[in-house]
Amino acid sequence: MEGNNLELQEKKRAQAMGIAFLVFAFAIVALFVPGTTANQRTTFVFMQADALPIGDLVFGSLAGLYALALLAAFMGAWQLAKGFKNVYVVLGVVAGLFVLAFLTWAARDKSMNLTGVLQSTLLRAVPITFAALSGVMCERCGVVNIGIEGMMLSGAFLSALVGSVMQSFWWGLFAAIFAGGLMGALLAVLAIRYKVDQIVAGTAINILATGLTSYFSSRYLQTNQALNSPPTFRPIAIPLLSRIPIIGPVLFNNTLPVFLLFLLVVGIHILIFKTRWGLRTRAVGEHPRAADTLGVNVFKTRYINVIMGGMVAGLGGAYLVLSSVARFNELMTAGKGFIGLAAMIFGKWTPFGALGASLIFGFSDSLQTRLAILAVPIPSQFLLMAPYLVTMIVLAGVVGQANPPAADGVPYEKE
Amino acid sequence: MTEQKQKTQDKQEQPRKRKLALGGMLIPLLAIVTALVLGAIVIIATDVTVADAFGEGIGAGLVRSWRVISRAYSAFFTGAFGDPAQMYRGLSQWISTGDGTRWARSLYPITETLRYATPYIFAGLSVAVGFRGGLFNIGAEGQYFIAGLTTVFVGYAITDLPWFIHLPLALVAGILGGAVWAAIPGYLKAKTGAHEVINTIMMNYIAFRFAEFMLDVGGPMARGDGRPVSPVIQESAQLAQFLPSNQDIRFNVGFILALLAAWFAYWLLFKTTIGYEIRTVGQNPRAARYAGMSVPKTIVITMIVAGGLAGLAAATDLLGVLRFMPNAFSAGYGFDAIALALLGNSHPWGVVLASLLFGALRSGARNMQGIARVPLDITQILQGLIIIFIAAPEIIQALYRLRGLEKGEELVLTRGWGQM
Repeated sequence: MEGNNLELQEKKRAQAMGIAFLVFAFAIVALFVPGTTANQRTTFVFMQADALPIGDLVFGSLAGLYALALLAAFMGAWQLAKGFKNVYVVLGVVAGLFVLAFLTWAARDKSMNLTGVLQSTLLRAVPITFAALSGVMCERCGVVNIGIEGMMLSGAFLSALVGSVMQSFWWGLFAAIFAGGLMGALLAVLAIRYKVDQIVAGTAINILATGLTSYFSSRYLQTNQALNSPPTFRPIAIPLLSRIPIIGPVLFNNTLPVFLLFLLVVGIHILIFKTRWGLRTRAVGEHPRAADTLGVNVFKTRYINVIMGGMVAGLGGAYLVLSSVARFNELMTAGKGFIGLAAMIFGKWTPFGALGASLIFGFSDSLQTRLAILAVPIPSQFLLMAPYLVTMIVLAGVVGQANPPAADGVPYEKE
Repeated sequence: MTEQKQKTQDKQEQPRKRKLALGGMLIPLLAIVTALVLGAIVIIATDVTVADAFGEGIGAGLVRSWRVISRAYSAFFTGAFGDPAQMYRGLSQWISTGDGTRWARSLYPITETLRYATPYIFAGLSVAVGFRGGLFNIGAEGQYFIAGLTTVFVGYAITDLPWFIHLPLALVAGILGGAVWAAIPGYLKAKTGAHEVINTIMMNYIAFRFAEFMLDVGGPMARGDGRPVSPVIQESAQLAQFLPSNQDIRFNVGFILALLAAWFAYWLLFKTTIGYEIRTVGQNPRAARYAGMSVPKTIVITMIVAGGLAGLAAATDLLGVLRFMPNAFSAGYGFDAIALALLGNSHPWGVVLASLLFGALRSGARNMQGIARVPLDITQILQGLIIIFIAAPEIIQALYRLRGLEKGEELVLTRGWGQM
C-alpha cells in the first residue's frame, strides 16, 4: 500500500508540475502583455567594460513575450503528455523564461545591460555563498550552525578594525578569518563539549556577536573614523580571459575574495567528497556511532569542521567590508547569514548547490536595484522583499526532497 | 525498573524536589551574576581613562577601574529601580505638603522597568509557548510589527465607538495580526517541513519591509503631514496609564494584561487538552502521533497562540505608550524574547520573572548610557552571555564548583532541519 501511495504521489506531483508550467505561460501573457504595445522594442545590452565588443539584442517586446509564453506552454504540455526525466531542471528553465519575460516587459522601450545584471548578481551572491559554505562545512559533520550571521558580523568588524589599524587588507582578511574561527570555536565548544541545543547556541552567538560588534563599534569606530577606514581590494582583471564577452567581465574581473570564493567552492567540494577527511566528516554527520566504532574521532572531526566553517563565514564578513563598502556598519550583514542557510538547504548541503542557490538570491537582489532604475511601477519595498519570499518558496518546495545529514543537530555522547 | 528501585526513588523524591527547586533558581541567578561580572570587565577594558590610569601604576588603575564600574552600575541601578534618596525626599514631601509630583517623578525608573517588562512578558510567553511545542519562534519581532500595523489601524481608523468596544477591538486586531503572521510559517512547517527558524526570520524581514511600505511618506497608513508615522489612535482605543498626571510615566494597564496573559499561558499549557497536546508534540512528536494527536494541527495551533501573544506585545505597547506607529523603529523585543524564554525555562511564571529582570536591564542600560556613556549594546552582550550560561549550566557549575545539582526539567527545544 505504501509503495502504491508513493507512486500515486509521484504521478500527482508530475501532473502538478505540468500545470505549474502552464500557469507560468499564462502568467506571462496575463501580467505582461496588457501593458505592452505592438511597436515597443526591448533592448538587451551585453557590452561591459573593456571586454571585446558584442552587439545588442533588439526585438519587439510583444513578439518576445509571446515567444517566451509559447515556450513555457510547450514545456507544460510536454510534461503533461510525456513527462520530462529531470523535471526540476525544467522547472528552473521555465522559471527562467518567466524572469526573461519580466525583463522584456520591464525594459520595453528601454535598454537593460544584462551583463551588468549578471555582474551584480555574482557580487550580491558572494557573501551569501560564503555563508552557505560555512553552513555546509558545519552541517556535514552534524552541527547545525544558525550563528553564521554572528560569525560574519564578527569577521566584518574585526577586518575593518585590524585592516584600518594595519592599513592593509591582508591583515583585515586574516583578522576576519580569526574572528570567524573564534566564534566557530565557541559554537563548537557549546555544541560538542556542553551539548547545548545547537540552534539555541547559534542564536546566542548571533546575539552576542551583534552586541559585541555594535558595542565596540560605538565605543571606537564611531568616535574615531581612522579606525574604520580599511584599504580595500581592487578588482583584478585576468589577462585575456577578462576580455571574453559576457563571462569575461562577470567571472574574470573581480576582487581577490571573489576569486578566493571560487577556489573555496571547488576546494570544499573536493574536501568533502574526494578526500579521506571528507569521508570521515560525512560519516560523523550521518552516523557518528558507526564512525566512532570504526575509530574516527567524532569530537575532533566536529571541532575542526565547525571552526573551519566559522573561518569561512568570517571571510564572508571580510568580503562585505574589504571588497564593497570599505567600512563597518552596525548590523551590516542584514540577514545574509540566514539567507545563506536557506541557500545551503536549497543547494542540498553541497558546495556547488550552495553557489547555485546563492546566485538565485543574488539575482533577485540585483534585479531590485535595476528595476528601480527602470522606474518599474512596483514599490521598492516589495522588490526588497523578493529574496526573502524566494527563500520561503524554495524552502517550502525543496525541503520535502532535501535530506540533511542524518545526525545534523544531534549532540554525540560517547558511551 | 525493579520494585526496590522504585521504592528508593520514592523515598528520595522529597529532598530531590527541594534540591531541584534550589538548582532551578540558583543556575539562572549565577548566570546573571556571571554575565554582569563579564559585562563589568568589558566596560572597564573599553574605558580609555582606565588604560591611562594603569599607565600611572597598578594601584591607580584599580582605583580608576572601581570608579568607572561603580559609576556605571550605580547609574544602572538607579535607572532600573530609582534613587532611594530621591524617593525618600519625594515621599516625605508628599506626606507633609500633599504635593505628590516629586514622589511621582522619583518613581519614574521603576515604572519604566515595569513598562518595558510589559511587552517583554508577552513576547517571552510567545517564544516560551513555541519552545513547549518544539518550535523556535524567532519571528516574534515580525509578528510584533504586523500586529502593530493592524492594532494601530483599528485604533485610528474607527471612530465614535465607546472605549469598552474600541479598545478590545484594537487588542483583538493585534492578536489576529500576530497570529496570522505566525500561522504562515507554522503551516509551512506542518505541510512541507520547512524549518520555522528560517521562515520566521524571513517573515521578519518581510514584515519590516511591509511596515516600511505602509508607513513611508505617502504610504497607505502614513499621517499625511510628511512624516513617516501613522496617525495617533483615538482616545477610545488607548490603554489607560496609571499616572495620567505625569505624562513621562508610561506604565499602563498593559502590565496587568501581561500578567493575565501569563496566567492564561499557564492555564492553556498545563490545564487543557490543547496544552497537553502542544507539550507532547514538543517533547516527542512520534509518541504524539501514535497517541492519535494531529501533529500538523498542533504545530499550527502552537504558532497561532505564539503569534497572538507576540501581537499583544505590540498592541499593549502601542495603545498604552506610543499611541501611534513610527516607521523603521526597532523594538528588539522579539529577539530579547528568546533569552527570556530560556531564562524562564519556558514556564509562564519564569518568563514573568525574567521579563522583570530584562525590563530592569533595558531601563537601567539607558540610564547607564546617559550618565556613564556606556553604549546601550552592552545589554545584548549580557543577554548573549546569559543565554549561553543558562543553556550550558555545566559552565556555571564548573565556575562555582557546584556539585550534585540535579538537572531541572529537560526541554527538547528544537530539532534539526525537516525532522518532525
